[in-house]
Amino acid sequence: MTVLLLLTILAVLAAAGYVLGRRRALAVAGGDPKQLHSLPGFYGWHTAILAFVPGFLVLLLWLVIQPLVIERGVAAHLPESVQADPAARQLALADVRRVASGLDVALSQGALTEGAIAALDASATDLRAKLGEVGVALGAAVSPEVLAAAKDYREATARAATLRAVVIIALALGGLAWALKRIAPDFWARNRVEKVVLWLLMLASLIAILTTIGIIWSMLSESINFFRQYPIGDFFFGLTWSPKFGGGSELGFIPLFWGTIYITVIALLVAVPLGLFAAIYLAEYASKRTRSWIKPMIEVIAGIPTVVYGLFALITVGPFLRDVFAQPFGLGSSGSSVMTAGVVIGILNIPFISSLSDDIINAVPQSLRDGSFGIGATRSETIRQVVLPAALPGIAGAILMGASRAIGETMIVVMGAGAAAKLSLNPFEAMTTMTVKIVGQLTGDTDFHSPETLVAFALGMTLFVITLCLNVLAVWIVRKYREQYE
Amino acid sequence: MNDMRTVERAVDNTEARITARDVQVWYGEAQAIRDVNIDIPDKAVTAFIGPSGCGKSTFLRTLNRMNDTIPICRVLGTIELEGENIYDKRVDPVQLRAKVGMVFQKPNPFPKSIYDNVAYGPRIHGLTRNRAELDEVVEQSLRKAALWNEVKDRLHAPGTGLSGGQQQRLCIARAVATSPEVLLMDEPCSALDPIATAQVEELIDELRSNFSVVIVTHSMQQAARVSQKTAFFHLGNLVEQGDTSQIFTNPKDPRTEAYITGRIG
Repeated sequence: MTVLLLLTILAVLAAAGYVLGRRRALAVAGGDPKQLHSLPGFYGWHTAILAFVPGFLVLLLWLVIQPLVIERGVAAHLPESVQADPAARQLALADVRRVASGLDVALSQGALTEGAIAALDASATDLRAKLGEVGVALGAAVSPEVLAAAKDYREATARAATLRAVVIIALALGGLAWALKRIAPDFWARNRVEKVVLWLLMLASLIAILTTIGIIWSMLSESINFFRQYPIGDFFFGLTWSPKFGGGSELGFIPLFWGTIYITVIALLVAVPLGLFAAIYLAEYASKRTRSWIKPMIEVIAGIPTVVYGLFALITVGPFLRDVFAQPFGLGSSGSSVMTAGVVIGILNIPFISSLSDDIINAVPQSLRDGSFGIGATRSETIRQVVLPAALPGIAGAILMGASRAIGETMIVVMGAGAAAKLSLNPFEAMTTMTVKIVGQLTGDTDFHSPETLVAFALGMTLFVITLCLNVLAVWIVRKYREQYE
Repeated sequence: MNDMRTVERAVDNTEARITARDVQVWYGEAQAIRDVNIDIPDKAVTAFIGPSGCGKSTFLRTLNRMNDTIPICRVLGTIELEGENIYDKRVDPVQLRAKVGMVFQKPNPFPKSIYDNVAYGPRIHGLTRNRAELDEVVEQSLRKAALWNEVKDRLHAPGTGLSGGQQQRLCIARAVATSPEVLLMDEPCSALDPIATAQVEELIDELRSNFSVVIVTHSMQQAARVSQKTAFFHLGNLVEQGDTSQIFTNPKDPRTEAYITGRIG
């Protein structure tokens, strides 16, 4: 029985549980819902939850454990030498799974029968050719050990699936019956259902946290691998970035860091004034009608995919800046430049800063503006001296979030600023950032365990720490200066 | 009505500071104020009383053109401050509001220090030439608002950290700092506890030696305690106006009497 079918059965049982639970609650109360502690629907939900949740949790656990148990059993067929070496064992087991699934496909297409599979002999038939006929390509001829293991694997999987179906349906039915038995007028079904909802909410937040921890863990372990092979001081203080895939690379982080910071600063120089001024206009001056069409139009900018911005940088902004500024002033002849990427990322960031700032400015109480007008301040004096100072913590938070986005931007940098790691002050020179190099190093064709690839994780980890610090700083600023107008 | 002490206070100056003639206020198609004629005397406290929605706050806000900030609001008729129509095209509403200060229902100190709150008006109007003069204005304003002794040691602490009554007195100090001629107060005590209310009422009584004060209030006791002149508004009409003692003891209009004795409102 497949997992999907099992889930469907669980859902059907849960639905049945709802109907039965509700009906039984009404029956117990003699048809008068006022005799019950909770509304009849809560008894239904309680029954449905007990029918679904235990079976579902066991199913999840089973799906994690089953492959581990089966593979341990199957591995016994493999030669001693293969079992001893973890890498070879992994490869062989992957072969086993492939052959097993190939046999399943052959069976379903009618090329083989159950009996034929049991009688298969690796030395007699060319299984590779046979499976090739049904569309399953194998890397090498099937050895007798692998075939035996694959046969075993199929049997074990089939046995496990049957057992799984029995156990889970039994659990669901048991839960359903138990819940129905507990229904009584003084049973607090509502409180129990709400407790389950609480657990669900907690689980949702827990998953988000666990994901972050998982990301940090995977980055950290690979970064440690990298620093075992490459000196940590050379990485953080090296001034040259020149990976050589033959070995002997120089992997200095400073040029990439400089590129990242330079582009981010330019992006913020573009985005902060434009975004903030747009927000002030929208929040303080624009009429309701103007605001109702300008605001969505600014927000359209946020909906454009960054790769489209990259194209814009590549074919419009880059050549424009080169022809109008770089070449006439003798600052270079490159279409890709820090300036191009910075300006385009800045434009991308305008709606984030303007939208967030607009909300924050609107949150400043009208009574403060009235107070200022009442003393004889103009609108602009009121904005500069009362509204903006009151909104400043929120605006600072918005700016730092914009900075985080600029630091993490990849596509626009590749297309706008190029991929050459350089240390230069000239904004019309091509440079690159950490994110671009992470992509570049990981998509190379080299050994995954070489420092040239692993450096991507060290870069990623550093990037994560930088953006984390920025976000913590944003939260700190907001906390420290908040509650000014309360 | 025995708790309503109307204190006889001599009105030193009966000269009108503000004269309003045939004032109408419209919100779009709805008329909020109908043909109001009133003289606001100098160096006295005038109270506007009346049931909720009677237009007394709306009329107060016409006196310093705060209604200009509401796009659909139109004001007809003339309001003269010292002989000049404040709705004349040549009058800058911003300048006007420096002369006709306003204190609001809820204390609304700016998220700045106590000092900067009071110095706000003098700074934007350029009333002082140097720091020493500004310090002097701040101190005088805080003294006038009876707050100096409580805050003189923490002038640079945030104004929002004060108690409700102190915040309201800070707002009064802030309004006083631009040396206005008229001080408008829109239910200045409605968000305060009884002790803070008593302090602010005492302050209002002191302020009338320097300013012409107009106060909107829901509390008739308060009107009786602090004002010399009272105007009763009902459904957008100015029903009756006169000396506070006369309004409270011998109202001429039956509607005034009904409101004061608690039958409408």
